[in-house]
Amino acid sequence: MTTLLEPFQFGFFRHGLIVATLAGALCGLVGVYVTLRGMSYIGHGLSHAIFGGAAASAVISFNFYVGAGVWGLASALLIGRITRRRVIGADAAIGVVTTASFALGLALINRFGQAERSIDAALFGSILGVSVTDVWVVAGVTVLAAAVVFGSYRLLLFTTFDPEVAEVSGVPTARVDALLMAVLAVSILATMKVLGVVLIAAALVIPAVVARMLTNSFSRMLWLSVVIGATCGFVGMLASYHLDVSSGATIVLVGALVFSVVLAVTGAHGLRRAAALAVSHSA
Amino acid sequence: MSTVDSLVRLERVTCGYGEAPALVNASLDVRPGAFIGVVGPSGSGKTTLLRCILGSVRPLAGSVWRAPSLRTGYVPQVETVDWNFPVTVAETVLMARTGGRRLPWPSAAERREIDAVLERLGLAGLAKRHIRELSGGQQQRVFLARALVGRPQIVLLDEPTAGVDVRTRHDVLHLLGDLNGDGLAIVLTTHDLNGIAAHLPHLVCLNCEVIGEGSPRRVLTPEILERTYGAPMEILEHGGMPVVVDRHGGVDNVVRLRREGA
Repeated sequence: MTTLLEPFQFGFFRHGLIVATLAGALCGLVGVYVTLRGMSYIGHGLSHAIFGGAAASAVISFNFYVGAGVWGLASALLIGRITRRRVIGADAAIGVVTTASFALGLALINRFGQAERSIDAALFGSILGVSVTDVWVVAGVTVLAAAVVFGSYRLLLFTTFDPEVAEVSGVPTARVDALLMAVLAVSILATMKVLGVVLIAAALVIPAVVARMLTNSFSRMLWLSVVIGATCGFVGMLASYHLDVSSGATIVLVGALVFSVVLAVTGAHGLRRAAALAVSHSA
Repeated sequence: MSTVDSLVRLERVTCGYGEAPALVNASLDVRPGAFIGVVGPSGSGKTTLLRCILGSVRPLAGSVWRAPSLRTGYVPQVETVDWNFPVTVAETVLMARTGGRRLPWPSAAERREIDAVLERLGLAGLAKRHIRELSGGQQQRVFLARALVGRPQIVLLDEPTAGVDVRTRHDVLHLLGDLNGDGLAIVLTTHDLNGIAAHLPHLVCLNCEVIGEGSPRRVLTPEILERTYGAPMEILEHGGMPVVVDRHGGVDNVVRLRREGA
């Protein structure tokens, strides 16, 4: 027990634990919309795009959140616009935008060779990079995302479920889509340090998929995903300290473990529900 | 033309999505209490006509007039619905209440209204069911309930009886008749000439342009139907109702053509 509680004496760990738990809840919340809209690839791509902004900010010693935030929001709105036009090859266009931004980030690091440690943390997540500011940023973004979902619940649900009818029913779907993309970008930015660019997509997808396996109700899926995400963040961060493995990896591995347990319990029934997430949007 | 008493009025409207317009020079007047069926072959512009009425497609030519603050409800084709989406009957109906209160849960007044609509449509007790767990007719009625909670003056239904059995088709038609009797204007599209169209008071035959418009007896004629569908059809009488028979598509003709070695 003493060994288990040992890390709590360190301030950096306490900060990391709070951030990981909030980041898990935040990704669980936003991830529901990401998975139901078939945007998992976009979440993955957006995290890579933001990495370019993060790298550029580090190289020119500009504030991480401002630099990567502006870059991320611009990428999110661009991706949202490409997706909304529903042109053939939209995924390829998104791939070009996001991987080019990621490649730019890598090129900047290679060329200027500064701040390698923080870029490493951005790629795979690190408990060491978490400051008090990061705690406040993640807390603020979590409150913001919850407020957006709470205040625009029906608009978001209608636009996610039935965009065409939502539009003819007077819902400003373009603005709702842009709002969701902005929340997604800000969420990725806020959770990047703990979860890491490479693993952030998994943190967005796994809690939502597990929640979907457990329920057929949207509102229940939403809060279940938040609880699962927060639990994975908390347990994953503890495991990260004790196993001396990057926090992003342990959080995602805990999520994968929860997925396996739920799959074993729900069996084919749960798998069918989860599989339908991909089928319904690839059709 | 006067627009007094009209809910929606299309005047010589041409609209489409690409270079080729899906609807050409179409005029239609929808008044309170109207019950209009739009028939025509696939790709004839039926859904486009509904979208023009809704205002989701802008006309390339002509004009669309809508009554100020017109409340419309739209019931999409069932095959466009994502039946795997995790949403219950109550959640589906509530999502359409986007004006005013936007909180996740319904107010007491909204709950009463949803219960009343579900009761009216024969869906009482199914509020917590997932939409996939319902029969075809119940699924159709859930989306009608979603359209009705917005208290529309006009409801547009795109193929409301596609893929349902005869009993369900009869129930849906009966329900729409009741709603229309309460003063709700209804415009629906259908491929079912005998099961649906022949029972409606007003029909529009469409094939990119309006070929004919009026009562079934006036519109369901061999000439208008051949121009609409591009195939010869006969009209028979049964119980005082017109019955459309596809002259070349019937079983008798298939057997005859086989015998003749065609």
